[in-house]
Amino acid sequence: MQLRINGESREVDADGDTPLLWVIRDDLGMTGTKYGCGLAQCGACSVMVDGVITRSCVTPVESVADSAITTIEAIEQDAVGKRVVEAWVKHQVPQCGYCQSGQVMAATALLKENASPSAEDVHAAMVNLCRCGTYNAIEAAMMDLAGIENTAPESEAAGGGEGGLGAGTIAAGVAVAAGAAVAGGALVRRSRKAKAAGQETSPEARPETRNEEEGA
Amino acid sequence: MNAPADFHRFPAGEPTNISRRRFLLGSAGVATGALVLGFGIPLGAPRALAQAAPASPDAASRVPAFIEIRPDDTVRFLSPFMEGGQGVFTAMAQIVAEELDIDPSVFVVEAAPAGKVFQVMIGGMRITGGSMSVRLTYDFMRRLGASARAMLIEAAARRLGVAAGTLTTEPGKVIHKASGRSLRYGELASGALDLPVPDASALKLRDPKQFRWIGKPVARLDMHEKSTGKAVYAIDCKVENMLHAAVQHAPRLGMTVGAIRNEDLVKAMKGVHSVHRLDGAVAVLAERWWHAKRAVEALSVDWQEPAADSDGRNMPVDFGSDAFVKSLAATTGDGEEAESEGDFAKAFEEASQTVEATYHSQYLHHAQLEPPSALARFNPDGTLELWMPNQAPEMFQGQIAELTGLDPSQVIINSPLLGGFFGRHFLYPAGNPYPQAIALAKASGRPVKLIWSREEEFLRDPLRPAAAVRFRAGLDAEGMPVAFEAISATEGPGEGIANKRGKGIDESAVEGLTKKAYAIPNRRIAQQFVKTPATLAYWRSVGNSMNDFLYETFLDEVADKGGIDPYGLRLRLLHGNERLTNLLNAVGELSGGWKRGPYTAADGTRRARGIGMASPFGSEAAAIAEVSIREGQVVVHDVWEAIDPGSIVNPAIVEAQVNSAAALGLSQVLMEEAVYEKGEPVARNYDLYQILRPDQMPRVHVKIVESGAKMGGIGEPPLPAVPPAVANAVSALTGQRVRSMPLSRLKFDS
Repeated sequence: MQLRINGESREVDADGDTPLLWVIRDDLGMTGTKYGCGLAQCGACSVMVDGVITRSCVTPVESVADSAITTIEAIEQDAVGKRVVEAWVKHQVPQCGYCQSGQVMAATALLKENASPSAEDVHAAMVNLCRCGTYNAIEAAMMDLAGIENTAPESEAAGGGEGGLGAGTIAAGVAVAAGAAVAGGALVRRSRKAKAAGQETSPEARPETRNEEEGA
Repeated sequence: MNAPADFHRFPAGEPTNISRRRFLLGSAGVATGALVLGFGIPLGAPRALAQAAPASPDAASRVPAFIEIRPDDTVRFLSPFMEGGQGVFTAMAQIVAEELDIDPSVFVVEAAPAGKVFQVMIGGMRITGGSMSVRLTYDFMRRLGASARAMLIEAAARRLGVAAGTLTTEPGKVIHKASGRSLRYGELASGALDLPVPDASALKLRDPKQFRWIGKPVARLDMHEKSTGKAVYAIDCKVENMLHAAVQHAPRLGMTVGAIRNEDLVKAMKGVHSVHRLDGAVAVLAERWWHAKRAVEALSVDWQEPAADSDGRNMPVDFGSDAFVKSLAATTGDGEEAESEGDFAKAFEEASQTVEATYHSQYLHHAQLEPPSALARFNPDGTLELWMPNQAPEMFQGQIAELTGLDPSQVIINSPLLGGFFGRHFLYPAGNPYPQAIALAKASGRPVKLIWSREEEFLRDPLRPAAAVRFRAGLDAEGMPVAFEAISATEGPGEGIANKRGKGIDESAVEGLTKKAYAIPNRRIAQQFVKTPATLAYWRSVGNSMNDFLYETFLDEVADKGGIDPYGLRLRLLHGNERLTNLLNAVGELSGGWKRGPYTAADGTRRARGIGMASPFGSEAAAIAEVSIREGQVVVHDVWEAIDPGSIVNPAIVEAQVNSAAALGLSQVLMEEAVYEKGEPVARNYDLYQILRPDQMPRVHVKIVESGAKMGGIGEPPLPAVPPAVANAVSALTGQRVRSMPLSRLKFDS
C-alpha cells in the first residue's frame, strides 16, 4: 500500500487494519509519534490526516491510504507548525516531553483550521493528557499563538477583586529571576497569563476526534 | 562506552584529566583535541574486582568522562541523573557552566552510563529520585567546572607565555587583559590535554553574588527536541536485526503458565516469529510490535494457581482494595512508635476536649505516559547491552549481573530520556520488563525490544501504598491541640518492595506524619504494619504524598473542634519558627491575604479556601487552594504555593516543577485510585484510570522563598501540601468533613 506522509510517497507492507501509529513507528521508522494508551485516550499518537487531528493508535492504516498524513517529523516544514514549535520553546512547555508531539500536532491542526481561535476553541482542541501537568504552559503558549491578550485578573476568585493579584505580583514569586540577565538563550516567562473567567471546558464539550467517530 | 572496567585506573574523588590517556579515547566518540575530565574511584578495593573481571575487548572505548570541552566550543556533559522532565540536565549544565564560565546553552547533555565513577552523590550513591540530584551534587559539580576552568587558564598561560595569575575568563574564553588577547575554550582544549588537574584546595569557587547562571531562569536545553519529536525515549530505541516482543501476564501475580490451548494457531498468525513461556507470562516475538501484541493477546493460557508453598508476593483471588482499606481502618493496637514527644496518653486524658477520627488514602498508579520497555542485545564480545528506562543504572546493572551470571562490567546500561517516571523506574520485583527482554533475547539469539502495552503496565505497575490512619487529639481549654496521636495501618514502599520488614520502621511509610514542625507538646506517631497483597512502589513524594494529606486534613478537623481558624492555628503552632512562619505568611500574601470563606465569587459561585503544609525532601511548602462545587464534584480554581528549598539553581524550572507536582497532587486528591477486585485491577487503561485533564487544571501561582537554609529538593516537595489544601477547602465550603481521597468518591451538595 502507498502512504502519502510528510509530502512523500512511501510503500508499506502492512495489513489494512494495522493502526497507523505502528506503521509510522515500526514500518516507517519514525518514532516521534508516541504510543501511550492504544485506546485514543491520551492523544500522544496524534497526527494530522488531511489537516484533521487524528489519533493514529486507533486509525486503521487502510482508512488513510488516500490521505495526506503529517507527523511531528515534518512539523517545522509547515509555517504554522514552525510557529507552534517556536511558541513551545518560548514558553518552555515540555517537561518529560513524551506527550508533546501530540500536543504540538493538536495545536497546529487547530491553528491551521482557525488562525484566530477563541479561548473556548483552544480548550476544545487541546484535550490531550499530560502526566507532567504542563497544562498551564500549554495554555500560555496557545493564548500567545491565538493572539488572545489575557487581561483577566490573575484570580477573579480572589473574590471578585478583593485581594486579587495582578500578574506583576505573581512575577515577584520568582523575584530572584526578575531583571536577571537573559541566560542561555530565551528567558522563559515568569508568570502565567490568567485564564479568563468561566472558560473551563466541560468534558462533554470535548470534540470527538476523527478516529473515535470511526470507532476503530 | 559503559563499563566500569577502567575506572580503577583513576584516582578517587577529584577530577582526572582523562584526555591524557589518549589511547583510551580514540574510539570513544570523543572529539579530537577535546579536553575530557573524569572522576575516579579509590585505587584500593575495586582492583580485586577488576582483576576478577575479564578485560572487555572494547574497554578502550569506555571512558568515564564527565565533561568534554570540544574544539568547536561545545561541551558534552554526562549527567549522573536521568532527565525525565524535572530539568536536571539543564540544572547540572548550569552548575558546571557557572564555574567553568561558559554559557550553559552550549552544553550537550546525555545520561551517564552505569559505573561507580558516576556515583557522586554525597554518600557515594547514584539514583535519580528523592529530589536529591542537585542538592547532593551541587558542590561536586561546581568543583568539576572550576577544575576545568583552571586547566584552561593554565593552558592559556603556556600558550601566551604569561603567568596564570594574570589571566581571567569571560564566558567561553580566557582573557589576558594587559595585552587584550583572548583565546576561546575550544582553541585551548587541546593544549590542556597534558596538564595535571589542579589541586582541589587551590580551586577558587565563584562568589555566589557573582553568579551569571545559577539562580537564573536559564532556558532548558531540551525544549526544541521535545517539541519536534526528536527526543529519544527507551521505547524509541532500535538496533539492527531486532525483534519486537509483547507479553501477556498472568491475571494475578504468582500464577504460572499452564497449557496454551491455541499455540499452533497463534504461531501461524501473520508476522509471528515465536511463542515463549516466561515466569508468570507468555510472550510473542515478531518483526513488528503490532503483530506481537495482537498475537500474544490471542493466546489462550490456562493460568495455574501458585503452589501452596510459594513464598512470592502472590496476589490472592479474594483481594479487593475497598475491603482491604476498610480492614486497615478497622485495625486496633498501638503500633510501633516512629516518633514520640512528651506524654501523649496523659495529655489526652487530661484534655479539655478530644477529637478522634480515621482517615485513609488510596492505591495509585504512576501512569507515566511512556509504557515501560526494555531492549536487550547480547554483543559478540560477551557483553549484554540494555536500553531501558531506569532511575538507578548501577542497581539495574547489579541485578542483571546476578540474573545472568555476567560480571557487572559486562552489563551495559543505556539510559534514554524518561517519558515521565514519578518513581516508576526503580527496581521492582515483577515490575520491570528487562528480565523478560533478556530471556527472549537469549532464547531467540536476536536483540529483542519488549514493550508492555498500557494494559500490561496497569496490571504490573507496583502501587503507591494505601494507608488508614487512626488519629486522636486532645485540646486545651483554649482549643489548642496539646496531644496528638497518629497510628498508620500500612505497609511502606521499602518493606513492600523487599517483601519483608526491615530492622526498624520503614520511614517512607510514616514520613509526613512524622517530622511535622508544629509545636504540639505531647505526640505519638506509630506504624501498625499490615502486609499488603499488592506490589508496592515509590511514587512522587513517596510517604508524604498521602501522609501530609492525612495529617493536614485532620489538623483542620482539630482546628474546627477548637473553634480556631486553621490558618491561624498553624501560625500559632509555628510560633518561633521563623522559616515556616515566613513561608505561611508568604503563601497567605500570594493568595491576596488568607480568607477561608465560604464566599460568593464574581461569577456567582460559592467558594472556599483551604491550607496545607508539608516538609518533604529537605524543602518546605505551603499551599492554599480555592474550590467550588459543580454538579456535585469539586472544581479547583486556583492553587497558591510558596516553597522554600533553601536556595535554588533555576527559578523557571522550580516554577515548572511546582505546576507539575501540583497537577499530580490534584489528580490524586480529585480522581485517582487503583481499584482491585477479585485480585485484579479494574482499570487497565486511562479510560477507567482517570488522570487530571487539561480542563481540570487550576491556575497555579508560585512564590519561591530562598531562606538560605540547607538546599532541599524540588521535584517532589511541591506535591504533598496540595491535596490537603484542596480537601480542607472542600470541608470549609460544604461543612462536610473530607477524610479520604479521591474526592470523586464523595458527593457534595453545595
